[in-house]
Amino acid sequence: MAKYMILIYGDAEQWGAMSPEQQRTHEAAHAAFRATAGTRVLGGEELELAPTATALRCDPDGQTIITDGPFLETKEALGGFYLLEAADLDEVIALARLLPEVRAGHSGVEIRPVVEYG
Amino acid sequence: MSEPVGESSGGPRAGPAGADVAAAVAQAHRRDWARVFASVARLTRDLDLAEECAQEAYAQALRVWADTGIPDRPGAWLTTVARNRALDVLRRETWLRRNLPLLVPEESVPGPEDGLADDDRLRLVFTCCHPALSRETQVALTLRLVCGLSTPEVARAFLVREATMAARITRAKKKIAAARIPYRVPSPDQLAERVGAVLDVVYLIFTTGHTAPVGAALVRRDLMDSAITIARMLHLLMPTDAGVTALLALLLLIAARTDARLSPSGRLLLLSEQDRTRWDTRLISEGAGLLADALRRRPPTRYAVEAAIAAVHAEAPSWPETDWSEIVSLYGVLRQLWPSPVVELNRAVAIGMSDGPRAGLDALAPLLADPALATYGYLHAARADFLRQLGQWQQAAVAYGEALMLTDNEVERAFLIGRLDEVSRHQPG
Repeated sequence: MAKYMILIYGDAEQWGAMSPEQQRTHEAAHAAFRATAGTRVLGGEELELAPTATALRCDPDGQTIITDGPFLETKEALGGFYLLEAADLDEVIALARLLPEVRAGHSGVEIRPVVEYG
Repeated sequence: MSEPVGESSGGPRAGPAGADVAAAVAQAHRRDWARVFASVARLTRDLDLAEECAQEAYAQALRVWADTGIPDRPGAWLTTVARNRALDVLRRETWLRRNLPLLVPEESVPGPEDGLADDDRLRLVFTCCHPALSRETQVALTLRLVCGLSTPEVARAFLVREATMAARITRAKKKIAAARIPYRVPSPDQLAERVGAVLDVVYLIFTTGHTAPVGAALVRRDLMDSAITIARMLHLLMPTDAGVTALLALLLLIAARTDARLSPSGRLLLLSEQDRTRWDTRLISEGAGLLADALRRRPPTRYAVEAAIAAVHAEAPSWPETDWSEIVSLYGVLRQLWPSPVVELNRAVAIGMSDGPRAGLDALAPLLADPALATYGYLHAARADFLRQLGQWQQAAVAYGEALMLTDNEVERAFLIGRLDEVSRHQPG
């Protein structure tokens, strides 16, 4: 088994514009995803919107610079994640297809294998 | 080291000549590389180690067959030697495994669909053409691992620098291991989609060989042969898949005309100019038989319709006697299944053949504004040809000139220059 991170990206404005009905459908799809994935889900959260983010870097002198906003300013921002355990990429792709963000035009997910040490 | 099994056809004293051995090894490379490599890869679960062991087995064949004779089943001999070598390496504790996970083995998942051969070569093809890899990477990996082409050969085929191609292949192998792209035949619910990607990769390899994009040779026969080899293998392993059958039919029907495409002086010959007695009738009848089989199985796919078009050409006794209205209607079907500007162009050309150059020019007219075709030399060459047939010499010369600016293939350029000279002679002054 291996671990994978599913990173959910999308346009926050469009997420914010969902009707209550759309939100219920959206949440039901996530519930169905979690039910199908079962114990393979090791963790997962929805994140507050990108404007709430705080980024830290340092300047050439080594001074920490704290900035308001996400690390990368993009239209499609990170909105949430799941940490999964699966046998292989095909298994993760099959599960990820269930996520509502894959079907909405403005959003999508990225699957990243987690580095395993040892 | 373990000794390979398999009988030899000659004793040590009756060893074959070096040239025979080299030819036998080369043939075994063409025919059996995928089998040898794919089998070792399942054992080692490491693509680099598998390549190393497979290459070593071929090197050993060059040395050993000269003494022992060429084995009756070279592929089995090579597979055994390569697997033995892999076992030796794996047993040795000194071998430092790179810090990468291994290929995901078959055992963790349900087996392939009933009727699919349980064959390592299929696993390999589906791994190389996995949708998590970019199309250019799928093509490179397929040529490298399934066909056994060297990295410089793959780089040459796609006009990229050797270092670039080497990096692309290394990156892909790392992704297969790190993201755990599985080494297996997809499950039945995924199969149709996944076979489609494999067919597209094979067709791309073939068309790259059929008209080499640049350089002195119009045709890269080796790439065409590689594509046909994979298509034949897929057909052998998935005999009931209509898409695979149709693609193999298409490749054979086009390949049948290869020898007739060049004049003795190396000039590109249009279909209308080709000596049809030079077409390979064996390939044509094999292709036509496969096409009939593919068309029986399912509503036609893109490749089946393209094969049907190729079959109409292949079976026409001469250019004027070609069933052009059938070709126009087949392009009508194809544009539904596979809408593309190039299909529109070919359809317009067929209309010109069916209904005359004036109708052809009218059909081409809307395509002149298509940005996708703006740099496509064939559009201008086709237009030039209709204008030439209508005796509109000056406009024809301009169109040939445009076509010339858009191709780097020297054989095609020589053809266009010939035509340009011809129409220029008709112009006043």
